[in-house]
Amino acid sequence: MPLFTVRVFVTLKPSVFDPQGRTIVESLHSLGYAGVAHVRQGKYFEVQVEAADASAAEALVRDVSGTLLANPVIESFRLESPAPVA
Amino acid sequence: MKFAVVVFPGSNCDHDAYHAVKHVLGQPAEFLWHKDTSLQGADVVILPGGFSYGDYLRTGAIARFSPVMQAVSAFAAQGGPVLGICNGFQILCEAGLLDGALIRNQQVQFRCAHVDVRVEQVDTPFTAACTTGQVLHLPIAHGEGQYFAEPDVLARLEANRQVIFRYATAAGEITPEANANGSLNNIAGVCNAGPHPERACEKVLGSDDGLVLFESVLRRLTAGVA
Repeated sequence: MPLFTVRVFVTLKPSVFDPQGRTIVESLHSLGYAGVAHVRQGKYFEVQVEAADASAAEALVRDVSGTLLANPVIESFRLESPAPVA
Repeated sequence: MKFAVVVFPGSNCDHDAYHAVKHVLGQPAEFLWHKDTSLQGADVVILPGGFSYGDYLRTGAIARFSPVMQAVSAFAAQGGPVLGICNGFQILCEAGLLDGALIRNQQVQFRCAHVDVRVEQVDTPFTAACTTGQVLHLPIAHGEGQYFAEPDVLARLEANRQVIFRYATAAGEITPEANANGSLNNIAGVCNAGPHPERACEKVLGSDDGLVLFESVLRRLTAGVA
């Protein structure tokens, strides 16, 4: 079966406070980057899967993301379209 | 009463919990490996503190899929008492056995300190020997201890009286200053959870206030048998 790479972005829900993002902003301000208003930190994954086609690859990674990569209590995720691995 | 202490790769308070139960409380205790599929007839299960699976991905995220967790979930579903301490609390939240989640401390620092915790509910297996409003002096040691739940979930927890511990002053006042990590509503424990009572079972450890949790569950289960 063909191999696909799917990029997954996991971010905290807007309602969840992000102390790391706030610390990054404070650090940037102390470095002189006064124009940086807001930072939210998240996670990025590259998942390679074997699947019959792109839609099957996306479905598999969506399942994986909801099960393990993201905690739906505090996080949401989005996928990029599967890219065939050359 | 037989206590089981689950050992995950990276648990580091498993021996504290074992010691508290076996040598201080004087009850039989056994370790369970995370790959075990049976609780070996335990009456009480403790998920200890530590850094299971190195806290990779999120605290407790990998541990919740350990084989032993299926047995723990089934045990809890039948009303079996499960105590999740620190990382154990995080695992129970990840597993959906408890509402909410534990996120990075508000001050973005690992907090290792003795703090005061007010007992809110005394009708749970682990607080039956406490008095309402009693202040326990217990250690915390966590980087991700800030309790979070959506407003509707939080309201339900409060309405159902599922908040059992809150960070407080030594006099038992709930103040922002006493909040060790930014937890919503100063929550330090919801049903089945808490700081580190097993590290506070003997005076030599700085406090023996934690022993009351273990005495509580013993009293509750012994009463159930008699």
